[in-house]
Amino acid sequence: MKAEYNFIANIIEKNSTVLDVGCDDGTLMEFLRKNKNVNIRGIEISKEKVQICIAKGLTVIEGNAELDLKQFPKNSFDYVVLGQTLQAFINPEIVIKELLRVGKKAIVTIPNFGNWKVRLDLLFKGTMPITSSLPHEWYNTPNIHMCTIKDFVRFSETINFKIVKSLALINKNISNISKSNIFVKNLFGELGIFLIENK
Amino acid sequence: MNIRENIKTLIIEKPLKLDCGQTISKFPLAYETYGKLNENKDNAILVFHALTGDQFVTGVNPITKKDGWWSYAVGPKKSIDTDKYFVICANVIGGCMGSFGPSHKNPETKKIYGTDFPVITINDMVNAQVNLLDFFNIKKLFSVVGGSMGGMQVLQFVSNFPDKAKTAVPIACTSSHSAQNIAFNELGRQAITADHNWMDGKYNSKNTLPDKGLAVARMAAHITYLSKKGLQEKFGRKLQERDDLKFGFDADFQIESYLRYQGSVFVDRFDANSYLYITRAMDYFDLVKQFNGNLSNAFKKTKTKFFIMSFTSDWLYPTQENKDIVIALNAIGANVGFVEIESDKGHDSFLLEVPDFLNALKNFLDKSFLESNDES
Repeated sequence: MKAEYNFIANIIEKNSTVLDVGCDDGTLMEFLRKNKNVNIRGIEISKEKVQICIAKGLTVIEGNAELDLKQFPKNSFDYVVLGQTLQAFINPEIVIKELLRVGKKAIVTIPNFGNWKVRLDLLFKGTMPITSSLPHEWYNTPNIHMCTIKDFVRFSETINFKIVKSLALINKNISNISKSNIFVKNLFGELGIFLIENK
Repeated sequence: MNIRENIKTLIIEKPLKLDCGQTISKFPLAYETYGKLNENKDNAILVFHALTGDQFVTGVNPITKKDGWWSYAVGPKKSIDTDKYFVICANVIGGCMGSFGPSHKNPETKKIYGTDFPVITINDMVNAQVNLLDFFNIKKLFSVVGGSMGGMQVLQFVSNFPDKAKTAVPIACTSSHSAQNIAFNELGRQAITADHNWMDGKYNSKNTLPDKGLAVARMAAHITYLSKKGLQEKFGRKLQERDDLKFGFDADFQIESYLRYQGSVFVDRFDANSYLYITRAMDYFDLVKQFNGNLSNAFKKTKTKFFIMSFTSDWLYPTQENKDIVIALNAIGANVGFVEIESDKGHDSFLLEVPDFLNALKNFLDKSFLESNDES
């Protein structure tokens, strides 16, 4: 189980309805169902992963978040979760808008490209960074729109959504991101976790 | 047709008003069951058969002496596990395996109905079959499952009886028969009615059978059940028991011989008029229109949990048409799962050994059954 799942679970209120976009093998879904008693659905693009979810008794539809979120009416879910996949979409802006249409709130996690390891990699090696959480080469990475924690905060200003809560994951510990500490969190954070809603 | 003492039949006393306007009553509904109904009567699965299926889902069909049409999926420890579930399947009305159909005698005229039989619809079929629940004293089915026309019946059943099934599995189907679907069915019907022996549907009383026409109908339909890739891989241009082309119209190619065989065995077990009636029922199926253009409204009243499956190489009921059902369900916040199964076996995939499909079906049913037991 990924380190951030506990923190995502902490954000989500009990007995709410949740859509996990890109639910992978359903680990988070199972965790939330068990600990938060949520009514949870998933969308997953990989047939194999969908099969794994079905075997776990999870309600999942095979689909692509960029194309298939539009079938859900406005405010279908209390929360929509997008875990570490925003950077893989062709148009993250549309995806964010869709998340906030389908969900009353959205929880978005991003691998932080502003992390010092990433910065050092590029600085010293002069090649595109490869780390344990970003293991791909530049030519085969699915992550075509990497961003930093700072980028995401600026993104919220440009496309006009509200960040209700922002957390940084550093060495399995979680801490709040604020205006005053964002430089540090952006340098050491491995992952940014954002609870967002429409303004 | 021969005497069929192996067929269980329920006589439906209650009048049934058909979509065509006629009312039928005291009509036979032939059915078969597998497994045992548990004490709580909450482990029953109603399986709906496709166009040419019948109530003999699994094991040896006592009439044809061949394996039941869904032997891969239904049986002990299989996807629909008869050690666990009580499986019921009825022959659709209009069919020819014991249920009220065009080969039956009209009690008033004492003549075989033929084309005087009322035109029936998918709606009529499920309205007839719901009587089985009363007969077995089942308040709520654990599941309704079916592929192709069976899937259409699943959709219609849940729409008609929103609180009579906990789960529903429509497979490789559609909510509305497409122009292409209708076109292929019409081709089949024309083949039958063009056969001189069809005799305006009165072949039974004239001791003939429109075998040629029915066989051609089956051959044409059979092609639509397979994929181009599947056909190419299985047959290619392979020749049938010969080293060279014979420059004639015999079956030179294996695919020709295969289709002729499929046609010839089909006529032994299927009634030509039933073929006309059932294909007509499929063509008339339009759940979207029934709900004034909004499919979601068909399912507004139901809490049934859906699981929909389609197949990559199915061009008869393609993935998009199955997805349209998913979309309609999501639009009203219904509980629906969906997966498209990778298979090059075409529409027929749901009848064949396709492990991803069989596993998904089993996992969905077994997990849902556990879940529903936890709740109760």
